Amino acid sequence: MTGSLHRFANPARFQRLARAVLPWCAGGAAVAFALGLYLALVASPPDYQQGDTVRIMYVHVPAAWMALGGYTTMALASAVALIWRHRLGDLIAQSAAPIGAGFTIIALVTGMLWGQPMWGTFWVWDARLTSVLVLLFLYLGYIALVHAFDDPERGARAGAILALVGWINVPIVKFSVDWWNTLHQPASISRFAKPAIHPSILTPLLVMAAAFMLLFATLLLLRVRAAIVEHRLRTLAMARARG
Amino acid sequence: MMKEFLEMGGYAAFVWPAYGATLFVLALLIVDSVRRLKRGQDELARLEGSEE
Amino acid sequence: MTPFLVLIRRDLALSLRQAADALVAVMFAVLVVVLFAFGVGPEANVLSRISAGVVWVAALLAAMLSLDRLFQADHDDGSLEQLALGPLPLWSVALAKATAHWLVTGVPLIVAAPVLALMLAMPPDGLATLLAAMILGTPCFSLLGAIGAALVLGARRGGVLVAFLVLPLAIPVLIFGTAATEAALTGLEAAPHLMLLGACLLATLALAPAAAAAALRQAVG
Repeated sequence: MTGSLHRFANPARFQRLARAVLPWCAGGAAVAFALGLYLALVASPPDYQQGDTVRIMYVHVPAAWMALGGYTTMALASAVALIWRHRLGDLIAQSAAPIGAGFTIIALVTGMLWGQPMWGTFWVWDARLTSVLVLLFLYLGYIALVHAFDDPERGARAGAILALVGWINVPIVKFSVDWWNTLHQPASISRFAKPAIHPSILTPLLVMAAAFMLLFATLLLLRVRAAIVEHRLRTLAMARARG
Repeated sequence: MMKEFLEMGGYAAFVWPAYGATLFVLALLIVDSVRRLKRGQDELARLEGSEE
Repeated sequence: MTPFLVLIRRDLALSLRQAADALVAVMFAVLVVVLFAFGVGPEANVLSRISAGVVWVAALLAAMLSLDRLFQADHDDGSLEQLALGPLPLWSVALAKATAHWLVTGVPLIVAAPVLALMLAMPPDGLATLLAAMILGTPCFSLLGAIGAALVLGARRGGVLVAFLVLPLAIPVLIFGTAATEAALTGLEAAPHLMLLGACLLATLALAPAAAAAALRQAVG
C-alpha cells in the first residue's frame, strides 16, 4: 500500500493553497505578536492582586489553549485519515503533534513560573497544570508510536488510532484530575486566582491568543508542506530503487 | 523608566524567564519547520533536476 | 462452546502453560510494595496513609508487564491473519485476548491486593472496598492494555512503548480506584467513587475492543 502520488491527488492542490495562505498567516502572526507583546508587557497595568506576574498569564493561557487545540487538530486529521483513507490527514496530524507538544511545554513552564510567586513552589498539583502534564504524555506517546515503525504509513495509521483514543480520554482525564484535586485540595491553596477579566487584562490576552493561533497555523502549513515534499522524496527513492 | 520596566514590580525573575522560555520554544519550532521545508525542497529540486 | 470461549480457553491454556505469567505479575506487585516500604520506611502510620495508592500503582504497573506479548505470538506465527478471517469479528478477538489477560494477571492481583495492603499497614476496614475497586479496575487495565498491545504490533521496542501509551489512559481508573479505597479508610462514602469506576469499566468495555480491533486490522494490513 505505497502512498503513490495519484491517490494523493489533492496535496498538489494543498501545496498551492498552502503557498498562497502561508504569507498571510506568517504576516498576521508577526503583527499580532508585536501588538500582543507590547500590550502584554508595556501597555497593560499590573494586576491589583498579583502585580506584574499577571503578565505571565498572557503567554500561559494562550499556550494551554493551543495545546488543547493542537491535540484536537491531530484527532480530527486522524479521523479524516482513518475514515476516508486520506494520507493528507496523517501528514497534518503528524505535523501538528510537535507544534502542540511545544505549546504544551510552554504552558507547563510558564505555569510553573507563575506558580512560584503565587504559591511559593514551582510545581503545585493543581488540576489544570496536572491535566496539561497528562496531555504532554499523550503527545509524546503519539510521537513515539508514529516513529516506532519502519514503514511510515504503518506508523501513521497506528498513530491515528492512538490520537482518537487519546482525544476521547482527554475530557475523562480532565474530569478525574479535577475530582482528584478537589479530594486532596484544602480549598485555600489553589484558588488559581482567576483574575476578574477586566478589559485591560482581556485585550492583551485575546491579542496574544490570536498571535498564538496564527503562529500555529503558520507552523502547521510549513510542516505539512515539508511532509508532502518528504513523502514525494520517499516515493521517488522507492521508484528509483525499483526502476 | 527602563529600570522599573525591567524589574517588573519585583517579579522580573519570573516574568522574563516565562517570556524567554516561550520565545525560545517558538523560535525552535519556527527554525525547525522552515529548515525542514527548505531541505526537502532543495533535495527535491536536486533529484528532479537530475532526472529531466 | 462458542468460538469466543474457545479462543479464551486456548489463550488461557497457552498462558497457563507458562504459569509464570500469573506469578510474574503478582511477584512484581509484591516487589513494588516492598520497595516502597524500603524507600518510605517502616513507620506504620506513614505506610498506611499511602497504602491505597501504592497497591493500586503496583497493580497497574504489574498489569503492564505481559501486555506486549498479548498479540505478539499470534502476529508472528500468522495466526492473527487466520483469526481475522475466522468466524469471530476482530473486536471479539481483542475482547477474548483482554479477558484471558485479565484472568491470568488481573485475578491474581485481586487476590494478592489484601495481602499487599496489609503489608502496608492498611487498616482492615478498607480491604473490602479495595477488593471491590480492584475487581472493577483491573479489567480496565487489561482492556486499555489490549489497545496498546494491538497498536505496538510490529513496532520497535513495543514492550516499553505499550506501557508509555497505556498508563496515561489508565489515570482515571487509578484515581477513582484509590479514591474509593481511601474514602473507606477515612469513613467517608466509597460508593460514588466505585460507581465512577464502574462507569469507566463499562465505557472501556464498550470502546476498547473496537479500538483494539481497528489497530489489529492495521497490523494485519
